[in-house]
Amino acid sequence: MKDALGAPQSLLILGGTSEIALHTARKLVDDRVRRVVLAGRPSEGLDRAADELRGRGAEVEVVGFDAAEPDTHEKVIDGVFADGDIDVVLLAFGVLGDQEADEQDPVAAAKVAQVNYVGGVSAGLASVKALRRQGHGSLAVISSVAAERARKANFIYGSSKAGLDAFAQGLADKTHGTGVHVMVVRPGFVKTKMTQGMPDGPMATTPDVVADGIIKGLRKGSTTIWVPGQLRFVFSALRHVPRPIFRKLPI
Amino acid sequence: MSDGPSAELFPAARRKALTGWGRTSPTFADVVVPMTREQVAAAVQRRTERGVIARGLGRSYGDPAQNGGGLVLDMSGMNRVLDADLETGVVTVEAGVSLDRLIELFVPFGFFVPVTPGTRQVTVGGAIGADVHGKNHHADGSFCDHVLSMDLLLADGTVRTVTPEDDPELFWATAGGMGLTGIVLSAVVRLIPIETSLVSVDTDRTRDLDEIMALMAETDEKYRYTVAWLDCLAKGRNLGRSVLTCGEFARLEDLPAKKRAKPLHFKSGSLVTVPDLVPGRLPNKFTMGLFNELWYRKAPQHKVGQLQGISPFFHPLDAVQEWNRAYGKTGFLQYQFVVPFENEDAMRTIVKTISDAGAPSSLTVLKRFGPGNRGFLSFPKPGWTLTLDFPTNTPGLSALLRRLDEIVLSNDGRFYLAKDSRMDPSDLAAMYPRLEEFRAVRAKVDPDGVFVSDQARRLGLA
Ligand SMILES: Cc1cc2nc3c(=O)[nH]c(=O)nc-3n(C[C@H](O)[C@H](O)[C@H](O)COP(=O)(O)OP(=O)(O)OC[C@H]3O[C@@H](n4cnc5c(N)ncnc54)[C@H](O)[C@@H]3O)c2cc1C
Ligand SMILES: NC(=O)c1ccc[n+]([C@@H]2O[C@H](COP(=O)([O-])OP(=O)(O)OC[C@H]3O[C@@H](n4cnc5c(N)ncnc54)[C@H](OP(=O)(O)O)[C@@H]3O)[C@@H](O)[C@H]2O)c1
Repeated sequence: MKDALGAPQSLLILGGTSEIALHTARKLVDDRVRRVVLAGRPSEGLDRAADELRGRGAEVEVVGFDAAEPDTHEKVIDGVFADGDIDVVLLAFGVLGDQEADEQDPVAAAKVAQVNYVGGVSAGLASVKALRRQGHGSLAVISSVAAERARKANFIYGSSKAGLDAFAQGLADKTHGTGVHVMVVRPGFVKTKMTQGMPDGPMATTPDVVADGIIKGLRKGSTTIWVPGQLRFVFSALRHVPRPIFRKLPI
Repeated sequence: MSDGPSAELFPAARRKALTGWGRTSPTFADVVVPMTREQVAAAVQRRTERGVIARGLGRSYGDPAQNGGGLVLDMSGMNRVLDADLETGVVTVEAGVSLDRLIELFVPFGFFVPVTPGTRQVTVGGAIGADVHGKNHHADGSFCDHVLSMDLLLADGTVRTVTPEDDPELFWATAGGMGLTGIVLSAVVRLIPIETSLVSVDTDRTRDLDEIMALMAETDEKYRYTVAWLDCLAKGRNLGRSVLTCGEFARLEDLPAKKRAKPLHFKSGSLVTVPDLVPGRLPNKFTMGLFNELWYRKAPQHKVGQLQGISPFFHPLDAVQEWNRAYGKTGFLQYQFVVPFENEDAMRTIVKTISDAGAPSSLTVLKRFGPGNRGFLSFPKPGWTLTLDFPTNTPGLSALLRRLDEIVLSNDGRFYLAKDSRMDPSDLAAMYPRLEEFRAVRAKVDPDGVFVSDQARRLGLA
């Protein structure tokens, strides 16, 4: 249960090794979170993440979860809720893909959409069903500024996040007034393993800053957050740039 | 008809958001307002795996009368007086009867409720669930000390009449048990006799905390009702300056001749309601500082034998209905703890910490408790209890309260569950040494955990 100051006690991370999610988890465990469930594809990294959070005093469970297999999602998520209430679900899984290569490999490109969007749809719906049954809780969906407008440099990823983002907005409106809070998180360029080896994008930020934004948004009940916050204005300007010009922008 | 008439008349459940008086942490539940015992039983039978909890008038500050995703029985519809002995003042009432109603009904007959909290808008069920205390704790104990018996609907659907003599375990697990043993359907309560409806009040203003604590240590023996209001924003020399009010119900001969004709006159009813539109936060450090200053100045240095009505003396806040809305959308919380007399220095440290932090507590109340009772989770124990109100959006509140938590915990203190909305669950066992006994009784009468609340989930109470 969240307390009067908005501090949650339990957390489910879908995409349990995500750096953004783990930074969020650490901060929440240092506050009042005691139960953490890391859902992800079994790996050493996943076990290491669990141990680290245990070291901070949390009770951590690891459950197998593959975003690319939507028919398993509801069962996995229901199982987690059956063991006790979850105050916050963080939908963090995602793949960046390799735009240039994927343009030549339609199946690989579809895999990006399969994980980011299709997986988000089924995992998001399964989470909200469970949250509604318990009458409270938040779902934070990590979208991206890339969802705001498809750019030729990464439109495969961007379009998958656009789908996820639109889905999460609709879900937020649908659940409004049911005790379930859905929040869309739109980070810019974040220095994590996902972007390793890439040159920093404009206004590059850290997973720690994104974590702070997520926690603040959860507490305030925000529907959309941007990290860093100024990106909201950058992208609302970009959105209105005429296509012929947008097409030529070096972004 | 299979389930009997109650099934057909069954009031429909309504899914809605519930909070406590502090208006924080809303959760959604199916709320039913039963009017009869049969309807209570039928509702409990139809619970889902999310269980059920009773709710009185929702005057607890946090989440004990909420049950996210489950069933909540709003008991305010069960509000009949079933029996009253006007010789002895022993009354049998349904659990949803408010203390307000009891006072209104029985004061004219010369009886007052044995214990009343700072508001009379609480139900008898809620008064039992939290084993509430009043300004007379040092003299009369808490509410359940005056409960002779109660009818409790258990998880298996049976109704048991529970008395402290025949079933002390279940009685004292239910007294202060925050609704987790079952649904109190009705209770037999012993009222106290009064000659008049007026209270003879002595008031003293003290300059600092030491002075008020010394004064209260003396006055408790002399008066049935005592309480001090503390200015938590005053600093330095004025730290802990206070207004102490002590009272006794006036005897007939204390009244001026013109009031003797109707010595038991009483009229309830509040004056104004705060609209639900208050933006942001009204009480802040500046307005509260001003308010505290005025309140302190307004009080006489020393005054004796002033006659006050029941409402201004016991329930000054009830004059404004729904005053909790004045805190705006983000709500507020109340922080109430008790520390044993031998650790009273902790009180000083805490008051100083709050004053240094400049955190605005609009209502700060200081009181001495007498001996506690046998309630496993009953709050009062001998010592000083301090109650503070904070808007939840007070900057740095979480860190401040954690510093206070440590002081309370390390001084053998505890928090009041009826006020709690944020305590660290890991502090619970140390604060309530009889927690395991409570859990054992509950495991016996409710092995499947049918009775459960948001607070029980948050704290791992049961
Ligand atoms: C302005 C104000 C001043 C206050 N001052 C004081 C004070 O001086 N001293 C003090 O002790 N408290 C004080 N309180 C707190 C209040 O007295 C308690 O929280 C009380 O329990 C509220 O009663 P309620 O009927 O509103 O119950 P709720 O808040 O609705 O419920 C409280 C608990 O009782 C349980 N419960 C309610 N009905 C039943 C039932 N029929 N069967 C079983 N369980 C039941 C609920 O499950 C819950 O756990 C104050 C509150 C306010 C708002
Ligand atoms: N980094 C950025 O610049 C940036 C910017 C905007 C948005 N985001 C979004 O933020 C989220 C978190 O990313 P991050 O920066 O923290 O990077 P990250 O550390 O690489 O996290 C990505 C996570 O997705 C998981 N994942 C990938 N495919 C999966 C699948 N099929 N099933 C289950 N889990 C799968 C990964 O798990 P494995 O360990 O199993 O691979 C990993 O836990 C992602 O949705 C990302 O799109 C990132």
